[in-house]
Amino acid sequence: MSKATIIPFGPQHPVLPEPLHLDLVVQDETVVDCIPQIGFVHRGLEKLVETRDYNQFIYIAERICGICAMGHSLGYAETVESLMGVEVPKRAEYLRVIWHELSRVHSHLLWLGLAADAFGFESMFMHCWRLRERVLDLFEKTTGGRVILSVVKVGGVVRDIDATQMAEIVSVLDGLKDEYTQIMNTLLTDTSVKNRTVGVGYLSAEDATALSMVGPFARASNLAYDVRSFGRGAYGDLSEFAPITDTAGDCFARVKVRCLEVLQSIEIIKELAAKMPAGDIAVDVKGAPADGAQASNVLEQPRGECYYYARGNGSKNLERMRMRTPTSQNLAGMTVALKGCDLADVNMIILTIDPCISCTER
Amino acid sequence: MAFASKSPWVIHYDGSSCNGCDIEVLATLCPGFDGERFGVINTGNPKHADIFLVTGSVNEQNIGVIKEIYNQMLEPKVVVACGICACTGGVFHDCYNVLGGVDAAIPVDVYAPGCAVRPEQLIDAIVAGVAALDEKSAALKAARKGA
Repeated sequence: MSKATIIPFGPQHPVLPEPLHLDLVVQDETVVDCIPQIGFVHRGLEKLVETRDYNQFIYIAERICGICAMGHSLGYAETVESLMGVEVPKRAEYLRVIWHELSRVHSHLLWLGLAADAFGFESMFMHCWRLRERVLDLFEKTTGGRVILSVVKVGGVVRDIDATQMAEIVSVLDGLKDEYTQIMNTLLTDTSVKNRTVGVGYLSAEDATALSMVGPFARASNLAYDVRSFGRGAYGDLSEFAPITDTAGDCFARVKVRCLEVLQSIEIIKELAAKMPAGDIAVDVKGAPADGAQASNVLEQPRGECYYYARGNGSKNLERMRMRTPTSQNLAGMTVALKGCDLADVNMIILTIDPCISCTER
Repeated sequence: MAFASKSPWVIHYDGSSCNGCDIEVLATLCPGFDGERFGVINTGNPKHADIFLVTGSVNEQNIGVIKEIYNQMLEPKVVVACGICACTGGVFHDCYNVLGGVDAAIPVDVYAPGCAVRPEQLIDAIVAGVAALDEKSAALKAARKGA
């Protein structure tokens, strides 16, 4: 066994769309330890609650991350609503969940493309991103934005989706589902994909519990934890919802869980579109959060559970706003999964936790 | 510009952007907008790149990385600031860890504002970048002849 060497990985690296630096301690071709260094994307936006009022901050909240933008604006709005005791109309809840699930479809397709690119399957990358464009077109038609939607406000949503647009969403998703199923079947049965992913980056259910892993990363290690199954908001009206899990705990399991979640999200959108109640899309919110009022909230982002905490001080500005994002949880599991892997598999393991660095560092 | 004199290879680095512009940079190169029809290829190596696409603003931690990538690129080279954060700092301009736009670290040739920047705008910016690249290349040649 040779002497241990440190190989720097990132912050600028072809497989990483975002800056993350890892010091990989390598002995021969095996990674024996991994020391992450973060902070390249830190902006310090939680402090902006002191200078922006609670209505303005929603635009900052959704710019925590461009991929989970819809989720962050939704999570923030729900937190402030529970802080102020605001009841959101049923139709607004449905619309929020429809956009949120659409953004899960776009996020998972984006991730699937990047993961395929990481193991050298470039045509799959292009196909996934081609399908993803259709979801972005739906966003553009219904909200005006492609990635930053700015459609949620405290008290409801700012735009309605009428019956014609809803029918279009359903028909686009039906078309997407057919093509996506073909891509998914290719990916999940292909031998070269299996050679790169099966048995790589294993994380046991015990480790996943001990390290508080969340999202598809945890579900691939057989932890059936999904905030959506709590049945809050429009999720409570679904006829059935069960988290998608896998027992293998390796990279292939993580690919599989996310692949199946796309289909699950499409079903959720179609069911809610059929059940859509009539009525208002927003209520007027007046006043300010009471001094000392506190609220917390959890939301299932595409990458896992995100926790929000807010405290009021009697003025229009919040006293404190805090988020704990899924990737900051999952980085701990990633360092465990990396230990003992081959140097060539590092890309694959990092990609399959679906890291979102701008969420993590804010 | 009636024709592109060069197939520009680009390198992308995420300063402290929210990802919105990064995924639009990648979407520009993917089938929906197909930036590759202009010969644009995304490369991971600064020494192969002609155009440096920076998203997001500059902070204490990444200013060294941005300067390093810029210095490793060969002349002539062009910097495109993608998105409003890269241009001025955007909504985060008054955050304590934001030093400003990319021009706080390196000279910027083309500004492409937007939150998030639209792929059409990025294609325009890259085409403008090719024109700037031509000018710089002509100036380099003239300087060499003069010397």
